[in-house]
Amino acid sequence: MTEVRDELVKKRYASERRFRFYGAAALALTALFLAILLVDIVARGLPAFTEKTVALDVKVDPAEIDPAQLAGGNYDKLVKDAFRAEFPQVTGRAERKALGALLSTGGGDALRQMVVADPALIGKTVSVPVLLGADAGIYLQGMLTDLTTVAGKATLNIARLEGEEGYVLSGDTSGESAEQQLGLTAGQVVRFKGGALRVTGMQNGYVRAEAILPPELPVITLPAGQWDSLTFSVPESNRRISDAQAVWLEDLKSEGRIQTSFAWRFFESGDSREPELAGIRGALVGSLLTVAVALALALPLGIAAAVYLEEFAPKNKLTDLIEVNINNLAAVPSIIFGLLGLAVFLNFFGLPRSAPVVGGLVLALLVLPTIIIASRAALKAVPPSITEAALGVGASKQQAVFQHVLPLALPGIMTGTILGLARAFGETAPLLMIGMIAFIADIPQGFTSAATVLPVQVFLWSDLPEIAFKSKTAAAIMVLLVVLFALNAVAIYLRKRFDRRW
Amino acid sequence: MFLWTVLLIVLMSAIAYVAGRSRAAGLVVADGPRLHSLPSYHGLLVAAGAMLGGLALAILSALVLGTQSVVTPAAAVIGAAIAAVPLYSRSAADFRARNAFERVVLVVLVACSAVAVLTTIGIVFSVLFETMIFFRSVSPIEFLFGSHWSPTGTPASFGLIPLLVGTLLITVIAIAVAGPLGLLSAIYMAEYASPRLRNVLKPVLEILAGIPTVVLGFFAALTVAPLIRRTGEAIGLDVASESALAAGLVMGMMIVPLISSLSDDIINAVPQSLRDGSYAMGATKSETIKRVVLPAALPGIVSAFMLAISRAVGETMIVVMAAGLAANLSINPLDAVTTITVQIATLLVGDQEFDSPKTLSAFALGFVLFFFTLALNYIALRIVQKYREQYD
Amino acid sequence: MNAHVPHQTLVTPEKPRALASGQFKVTARDVDVYYGEKQAIKKLSIDIPDRAVSAFIGPSGCGKSTFLRCINRMNDTIPTCKVTGLIDVDKHDIYDPKIDVVQLRAKVGMVFQKPNPFPKSIFENVAYGPRIHGLAAGKTELDEIVEKSLRKAGLWEEVKDRLAQPGTGLSGGQQQRLCIARAIAVNPEVILMDEPCSALDPIATARIEELIDELRQNYCIVIVTHSMQQAARVSQLTAFFHLGTLVEYGDTDEMFTAPQEKRTQDYITGRFG
Repeated sequence: MTEVRDELVKKRYASERRFRFYGAAALALTALFLAILLVDIVARGLPAFTEKTVALDVKVDPAEIDPAQLAGGNYDKLVKDAFRAEFPQVTGRAERKALGALLSTGGGDALRQMVVADPALIGKTVSVPVLLGADAGIYLQGMLTDLTTVAGKATLNIARLEGEEGYVLSGDTSGESAEQQLGLTAGQVVRFKGGALRVTGMQNGYVRAEAILPPELPVITLPAGQWDSLTFSVPESNRRISDAQAVWLEDLKSEGRIQTSFAWRFFESGDSREPELAGIRGALVGSLLTVAVALALALPLGIAAAVYLEEFAPKNKLTDLIEVNINNLAAVPSIIFGLLGLAVFLNFFGLPRSAPVVGGLVLALLVLPTIIIASRAALKAVPPSITEAALGVGASKQQAVFQHVLPLALPGIMTGTILGLARAFGETAPLLMIGMIAFIADIPQGFTSAATVLPVQVFLWSDLPEIAFKSKTAAAIMVLLVVLFALNAVAIYLRKRFDRRW
Repeated sequence: MFLWTVLLIVLMSAIAYVAGRSRAAGLVVADGPRLHSLPSYHGLLVAAGAMLGGLALAILSALVLGTQSVVTPAAAVIGAAIAAVPLYSRSAADFRARNAFERVVLVVLVACSAVAVLTTIGIVFSVLFETMIFFRSVSPIEFLFGSHWSPTGTPASFGLIPLLVGTLLITVIAIAVAGPLGLLSAIYMAEYASPRLRNVLKPVLEILAGIPTVVLGFFAALTVAPLIRRTGEAIGLDVASESALAAGLVMGMMIVPLISSLSDDIINAVPQSLRDGSYAMGATKSETIKRVVLPAALPGIVSAFMLAISRAVGETMIVVMAAGLAANLSINPLDAVTTITVQIATLLVGDQEFDSPKTLSAFALGFVLFFFTLALNYIALRIVQKYREQYD
Repeated sequence: MNAHVPHQTLVTPEKPRALASGQFKVTARDVDVYYGEKQAIKKLSIDIPDRAVSAFIGPSGCGKSTFLRCINRMNDTIPTCKVTGLIDVDKHDIYDPKIDVVQLRAKVGMVFQKPNPFPKSIFENVAYGPRIHGLAAGKTELDEIVEKSLRKAGLWEEVKDRLAQPGTGLSGGQQQRLCIARAIAVNPEVILMDEPCSALDPIATARIEELIDELRQNYCIVIVTHSMQQAARVSQLTAFFHLGTLVEYGDTDEMFTAPQEKRTQDYITGRFG
């Protein structure tokens, strides 16, 4: 008998341990998901906080700049010319274009700023960091393709074929095949001073190659160590940087001309079609304006409603209805508020589309129930003895509420409000409905100018095909999360600091 | 003009306050009757009159003449004066300025409380109104029971069923993920975790709850969906790049904190005496939880799940970014499906013409969504309320 | 103004001795109090004299606190509470719709069961009432009122150096005296005390009782107490409540030595309660 019971007890304890494990596993899984999410976002987003520039000596040609209109000069041309001058052997039209495409379309901005600040630079040669284009940038960050560079271990003979396109490569004249001596396979790029070739295949013990950057001399002999082979993991057709562009960038890199710096531009400029020029300032200002409107409306309304419902409202069917209504409103999907904004504020009242003031109105209605519920809880937590004491010395009910209860409830109300604010800050869906999704490059100037907000900017960027924008998206998310965590931290601090035990 | 109007109203109110206050203070004479109300209340009353009068006339003028009219600031000043002067001249020692002012305050408070109700009415009417217009061109029967959704096609068809099925498919996946995870987390937190562990775990869930859905959508579309696709291909399954599974999984993770915090409250509300009764008979902790705590908490947990379903059905950004646009009628989680919210968002982004059935259909979808979630919320909140009363 | 029935001694045939000196400050006629459906006080009539301490005693739930809270209309804060009948303070019907309840409460102050100082400084606690009623013309006058009130409440010497510190930092007995000072500061004529010592230790209780005895020179004091010893120590008149009715009201000494009613005697001798 006892043995059977022992069996049972053992089983029961096993089941107990299993159950406990399930609970722990559920929490661990949730925490793991959060960790992966955050790590993924940070890993994707970090590259967007740096930018790649190439240091160029640019001659500020007076011919391109009208001294009366310093900012209007053709700085892009100056910069591009200086950049092309770095590669004198590049002469073909298509090659020159590909070379120029490595620079950002905003590459001349830094020079413009320098000249506008100091017009005396006109006619001189200045050293200026020129921003590279987005594709060049992410290539240099290793996000387009992996690259293995192997220094040539044997002597390389290059000969241009007569009468047909291409080159043949051979090693020294020993018995081994050129392929084995040189260690080259099709698709690899052979780079040397003054040119670059792409291996196309083998023929008669020779290695056949085509020109990427054709060397000037028809026959060249390069000793070991004077050339190297580059292997790209992604074929040229599948990436936005050609082999030739890659070679130019590798040349610049090995010369130490490429600089990596913190991308202040990301925080200082508005949206742009060019990933390397796009920033979140416009969206951030739009968010601030929108949330400011939402706060200015929802906070007083929410507190007033909470004070009325908690302290003054008679208990009857009507106040019950209001209460049920507020609780339900708090759980209405946010997109419905967007429909409301579209139908009422835009269509009926004719307020401007894409404006922070309308976004703020919608968000105010969205967070109002949250603020009312939190404020009521905070008011309820103030013990009635405080009210009684005030009433006892002849304060009116309103004096008791506004001079004693409300100030004591304020930290709680603030905590709830900040959490509501955080929700408003991260809200996207209703703002899509009221047109805050347009492409807006300018920093919004006021409450009625067209604007977008940070979460919508995230949504917009995430939809774009360029890889560089994926990184920008993750970076914008990082900024968004930092703001939200900061708001939450303030709320937690308030809760801890003013937590009062009655 | 707006700024001027506001400034003038504030200025008029300030003047009214000072004037009202000093007049009342001047009424005090030695051995005379004591003032009923403090002078500042006389001031506040006159100021409140000025502010409300100014606002009223300014709004009236803005409605009649447009917001940009120069008349608006002038109307504000005149309105303020008209309302303030009689109040100013009424002040006397026995005038109950405080009571009058408090009545004004109370009316303002009531008006603020009414905003929440007005919001609901606004939602109902805006959605209902456009839906009615929509039903003029598309019959409700076709809308509710049609099995083909293609608002931009020729001819356009507006059948709700594929959207409904898509929405429910993703919701079922989400709840299948969030239900067990959320409930088990809540049980572990409430019954097993030490206070120190709880202090670590609670913020984890709070952080997850605070992450904007646009971020989760990005993660779903760029990380989870490709992962599922690659895994599926590796084991020989055909997975759509915007599979319902990816959206559903991430949405499930979004809902975990909601279910766990609601369930946590509910489990904690089960009286200790019930647990003690079970322990006293030699039950283990898990037996107590499974046989006593959970059955007692069941209504609350059911309502938590209902609120979670409502949240999943109404969630927009994750599905907009990670689920598809194609209205496939499918219950295969590896297929791409679309949802009600995705369609609302897609139909209304960009410029809308309010007379086309395409735009109006979004409102009809909103109508369905609103009343579906409202019903769920209402029932869930009622259950919670009943449940609270039971253990109070 | 309302017509008044000539004052008569109720229940006790002879006028209590304490009545000889003063007039009636508070009078009630046929007061009924309901909490929703439940009747808490039935047909209660009483005359409470000025410049004396009247103690309300009786078992829990007998309505003594309810009636006390009717005298300054604190029951107004309970939505379901309904009061009928007549309660006069200084021959003014306090349930007259024209009466400003705020001014009534300034005249009829209250001290509560648990000390409930505002979570503000000691000074602010006492100054609050004078401020909202506009009793002080300036800072110096306000300082005077605060000092005078704290002196009257016997707290001045203990707190004069730390007026800026929070009132919640005082000991329980000090807090209660602070609440009394706060009540005195608005110049009330009647002070209602709802079991003011029930949360205090015996030493603090003795201190409050002494204070009540001093205050009776200037105020009409009504105190609800659970302790019959306390009623005997501090009051000149005692009212015994039972099941919502006033059973007996009269001279404290007589009440405790020779109660008229059987129920009073049973309660005092501890047969129930």
